[in-house]
Amino acid sequence: MSTTTTQAFDTVAVGDELPPVTYTVGRANLVMYAGASGDFNVIHWSDRIATAVGLPGVIAHGMYTMALGGRFVSEWVGDPGAVLEYGVRFTSMVPVPDDDTGAAVDFTGTVSAKDDEKRTATVDITAVCNGSKVLGKAQAVVRLP
Amino acid sequence: MGVNPDIAGRVYPPSPAYEVGREKIREFAEAIGSSDPVHRDADAARARGYRDVIAPPTFAVIVAQRCDAQVIDFSMLVHGEQRFVHHRPIVAGDRLVATLHVDNVDTRGRHAMVTTRVEIADEGGEAVTTARSTIVVRNGGSAGGGA
Repeated sequence: MSTTTTQAFDTVAVGDELPPVTYTVGRANLVMYAGASGDFNVIHWSDRIATAVGLPGVIAHGMYTMALGGRFVSEWVGDPGAVLEYGVRFTSMVPVPDDDTGAAVDFTGTVSAKDDEKRTATVDITAVCNGSKVLGKAQAVVRLP
Repeated sequence: MGVNPDIAGRVYPPSPAYEVGREKIREFAEAIGSSDPVHRDADAARARGYRDVIAPPTFAVIVAQRCDAQVIDFSMLVHGEQRFVHHRPIVAGDRLVATLHVDNVDTRGRHAMVTTRVEIADEGGEAVTTARSTIVVRNGGSAGGGA
């Protein structure tokens, strides 16, 4: 089963908004991501160390939040292989409490440009957690059929 | 130890090849909650025109950060920016060779901003992904060693 949809170059317009999505980030996700990515930085799994270095507690890997943004755009365009460029700034952290709820990150996106020659579209992405933007200047360029 | 500003402009020797495994792609996709079969079912991926399962758009960070680790102490940093340009998707079976370029080192008081560019290619030399990172190395961290 795929949750993807498919967009086409001719039907996508500048100003189109992607359907908003909220992803929940729990401690188990961070453990899985640490293993999958090889990023075992202690602040992503130990409250003891995270608070000792001045953080509110365990925080998500910035790259985990970036990966969720990549998933958001991939599912909209219908093919992860169509994401040609993707860049972000890490502007705020995502604290992940040790509970059954986790943290919620809200993703929204807008088509900000189209390139007729390359048949690509640029998507501006926002990611918000606890009222703060956690990604800045987040943009993806996708190829559309 | 701090950051050695002399590493700006340096290009490091290519890394040993990283072999992209199907199960690693599946594991990464599961970790980020992606259910797209293009990451886990080779037949589904072939039906969409790929040689085998393809990696999610940020999978290249695995290869890029291993390469950055040649000069960056990952225990004392804040990731500032990350950008990927995919010349083609990463496909299971790829043997990826990464070459680290230190594009800039900007020392600001006790902190330093290091901008790296990892050029990832397959063993035949075909460009796969360009990964750019801006990393803030805090006081006490190091980059570039003492050389």
